[in-house]
Amino acid sequence: MTTSPDGEPESRDIVAAGPESPRSEVTVAALLVGAAVSAIAFIGVYSVEKFSTQHELMGLTLAASFAFVAAALILLGERVLPSEEVAEDYPEVAAPQEEEEVAKVMEESAAGITRKRLLVGAGGTAGGAIGLAALTPALSLGPWFEVAPLYRTPWRAGRRLVDDEGKPYKAEEIEQETFYTAFPEGSSHRNLGASIVVVRVDPAALMLPPERAGWAPEGILAFSKICPHAACAVALYRKPTYGPTQPGPALVCPCHYSTFDPGKGGEVLFGPAGRPLPQLPLTVDAAGEMRAGGNFSDAIGPSWWGIDMEQPH
Amino acid sequence: MAPRRILLATAVTALVLAGAAYAQPRSGVVRPPDEARLPLRELGSQLYAGNCSACHGIDGSGQRVPRRTTEGIEGQGPSLRGVGARSVDFYLRTGYMPISEPEEQPTRRRPLFNEREIRALVDYVSSLPPPGPPIPQPHPERGNLAEGYELFVEHCAGCHQATAQGGVTTGARVPPLEDASAVQIAQSVRIGPYLMPKFSERQISDEELDSIIAYAELVSKRPPDEGGWGIGNLGPVPEGMVTWWLGAVVLVLVCVLIGRRLRA
Amino acid sequence: MIRQTVHFLDSRTGAVPFMRKSLRYIFPDHWSFLLGEIALYAFIVLVGTGVYLTLFFEPSFAETTYTGSYKPMQGLTMSEAYRSALDLSFDVTSGLLMRQAHHWASNIFVAAIVLHLLRVFFTGGFRKPRELTWALGLMMLFASLLEGYLGYSMIDDLLSGIGLAIGYGVVLSVPVVGADLALGLWGGPFPGDAAWESRMYVAHVFLLPILIGILMAAHLALVASRHHAQFKSAKRATERKLVGMPAYPAQVPRSIGLLFATAALIFLLGGLVQINPIWQWGPFEVAQGTNGAQPDWYLGWLIGSLRLVPGFDVTIADYNLIPNPFWGGALFPIIVMAVLGAWPWLERRFGGDSHSHNILDRPRDVPVRTAFGVAFFTWVALIFIAGSADRATVFFGLDYEAQVIFFRVAVIVIPLVAFFTTRRICRELKRSEEIGFDQERAEEEAEEEEEAQEAEREKEAAPA
Repeated sequence: MTTSPDGEPESRDIVAAGPESPRSEVTVAALLVGAAVSAIAFIGVYSVEKFSTQHELMGLTLAASFAFVAAALILLGERVLPSEEVAEDYPEVAAPQEEEEVAKVMEESAAGITRKRLLVGAGGTAGGAIGLAALTPALSLGPWFEVAPLYRTPWRAGRRLVDDEGKPYKAEEIEQETFYTAFPEGSSHRNLGASIVVVRVDPAALMLPPERAGWAPEGILAFSKICPHAACAVALYRKPTYGPTQPGPALVCPCHYSTFDPGKGGEVLFGPAGRPLPQLPLTVDAAGEMRAGGNFSDAIGPSWWGIDMEQPH
Repeated sequence: MAPRRILLATAVTALVLAGAAYAQPRSGVVRPPDEARLPLRELGSQLYAGNCSACHGIDGSGQRVPRRTTEGIEGQGPSLRGVGARSVDFYLRTGYMPISEPEEQPTRRRPLFNEREIRALVDYVSSLPPPGPPIPQPHPERGNLAEGYELFVEHCAGCHQATAQGGVTTGARVPPLEDASAVQIAQSVRIGPYLMPKFSERQISDEELDSIIAYAELVSKRPPDEGGWGIGNLGPVPEGMVTWWLGAVVLVLVCVLIGRRLRA
Repeated sequence: MIRQTVHFLDSRTGAVPFMRKSLRYIFPDHWSFLLGEIALYAFIVLVGTGVYLTLFFEPSFAETTYTGSYKPMQGLTMSEAYRSALDLSFDVTSGLLMRQAHHWASNIFVAAIVLHLLRVFFTGGFRKPRELTWALGLMMLFASLLEGYLGYSMIDDLLSGIGLAIGYGVVLSVPVVGADLALGLWGGPFPGDAAWESRMYVAHVFLLPILIGILMAAHLALVASRHHAQFKSAKRATERKLVGMPAYPAQVPRSIGLLFATAALIFLLGGLVQINPIWQWGPFEVAQGTNGAQPDWYLGWLIGSLRLVPGFDVTIADYNLIPNPFWGGALFPIIVMAVLGAWPWLERRFGGDSHSHNILDRPRDVPVRTAFGVAFFTWVALIFIAGSADRATVFFGLDYEAQVIFFRVAVIVIPLVAFFTTRRICRELKRSEEIGFDQERAEEEAEEEEEAQEAEREKEAAPA
């Protein structure tokens, strides 16, 4: 350690004289007593039976005891203990001699080796292989390279649409100007491909792509409830009370506000979604109940590299 | 994106940012001079003619194609036939109607009509054939909060936010439910005002509606803020503001206090 | 007594010479050098409160029916994880205080890191010989973002689930390996295998805290090894001489005072200001969403970027190559990290300065760096603000779609304006200072001349 000439003469006092403030010492002591009292108050508040502001009082008393200690310590530093200015040389940026010696040790140790390349190659191979072997068990974490589960949905032709409690939806129950969340009968709600939103629009206003003719009996449409942007639930349906003066009907995702047009097969109207909301073909059976007419028009959920967007269809 | 649209949007945003408040309703309503002496039905009829007919048509059957009235209003609006007391009462008591521009989103404000005038208008409009639904009478005290929570999240939270603080959908603002009365929530669930869907009894039965109202009133009017000051019950945005404007500022001040001590 | 203890320690550990050095380690004198300490102290509170929380939290997706004391949830089906977090909030005395203090501490931890980073950036504290210290700090920042994200995600409330859904979408969107990565991490398609919850948990309470702790130790060791950089505030301070106050007795009471002040603020907020009231969000289900779903503030820049990117995917026929969330959710933070990480080397390469520096710059002294920094952080901040545009609609009635379009333009235009304005301001400040110096020098010279003349006059007068 280097000592500056005006810094710390070793033979005499090391620490410069403090400010000498007996009154501050008393204040510091008082603050510490305050800290103790607050801490004990915290124990008291904690120990009594639960009451409405117990949580707030616990926070307040604990914070107060910390604040008292903080104040005491800061005052101690400012008014009681010495605060002297000292100086010291910065350490040298580098030690050239040691650098040279380290390099020499490395070089000279290997000086007698004749097949240096061979050893380095073999060592590298061993290291790499062991590294790979150590990583291999991580493959069990999931079906890493098996993307089929991402396409999977529980929807098949003929599967009934049921509500949250498992009651089937009838076509006559589906009204215009509102939306319904439906699930495939008997399927887990946790499956990303399970939930759909169902809306009814005026059949005359439908502008579905030609290959989806017959997907919307009586103007009833179903779409995956999972946004193809980032997997949030498309939980908004805006529909105008009075068409001529208000924005048209749309399904909206509340995360990034991607907006989809149900009448046009889920086409994106606004927001970051890069592809339409996947549509589910519907049929109405003889009993008037809603059934799926097949799987979705496109892959459900967020996209990934190489996804075949039209896969399920 | 068309450059004109960008320009327009920038200009609009700049204007609003500059503090231009959104449109105010045009000067008051038209009242018959001898209002107090008129029977209720007659008062309703006259108020309707003076304040509603420009958009909703003189016989209440709506005005599909915009028509310029003598007062210079570009009248256009839906038919009120068959909407019943349920709708009329809702739109008048929330101050949603009358509205100055047909394209404007109705927002909650102090009703422009007084109590008797509202009753008169409700009476008059609901008397126009065919008959419509009456004002609902919900009983939130009979509701179940847990059921209310589940239904609220399934049907309402997407727009109104999980704690009913309001939100956004593209094309409209979604009001918070703090100021909505139990009757108004019941009305709007069935009517679906502006862009809101309307819910049938198949989706939400009257009993379930009681639960929804009970939950919505709990979270919006008496939010269970067990953790202290609720900072608006909006989630992380106000929490971040407290972190920076309170937490970071206080701690930086402490640093300044103990930092520059040699020159102190 | 003191001597005996010191001697005992020295003869057993040989550590006393090191202690001797540490006691008089010099801390230069400026308030802004304490910002990093706040982060350290918030981390200490995080570890303390976090350990307490692990004693009650049950990281499991297993389904259960709630029977705890919060009435509006009684009878609902939920995961054990969410149930235990509710119990922690309502049925464990002081549990809610610890949970809220933990959450506030995380918000303050990252805020302090960001403030510290800004100080180091704008004063050139990252320059040789401190580039590695800077790099370690950045790694800590990004590890902390992930740590915080997993912390609020593993509770399995509605906001957790929505945040995880978006995270899943972003991981899937990574070119080439996205799907493999997402399936590997989650153990299957979203919402993931039951083990996903344990994976989040072990990462949050074990792997990442240890990683952050190690990075922190290395960061501090490097700071101590090269010593603190300093401002040219004391007259004696030079590139070779460090001037400040010794660790003991000057710095220690103040530093520990700051620790207690930080803890006091965190517990005060934890007690009085509600944070993440999970009982108001309810349990997560895949088919549910809420308006205004937001992440904690330190991920707000990512929701902003996800919302601002126009809607497009890079596709070939029916095959998607780069799904949209990649740009905002992955590429954007990678760019920010890469620019910050590469900055010390960029500045050396293009600024042509490869010397060691112990004296910090004043921002005005390096107009290009300062202007770049202002532009860069303005860019990130604007995207951050755009992330809460939906709340601006709720509160100020601003049209949401118009705001999005406004921000798409603003994030390009405003940083450019910021760059040129800042550079100009720096140069003007410097110039006016130089004029000031010149004046001072001129005045001094004039004074000297006057004195000389006076002396001459006296000399002349003396013989007379």
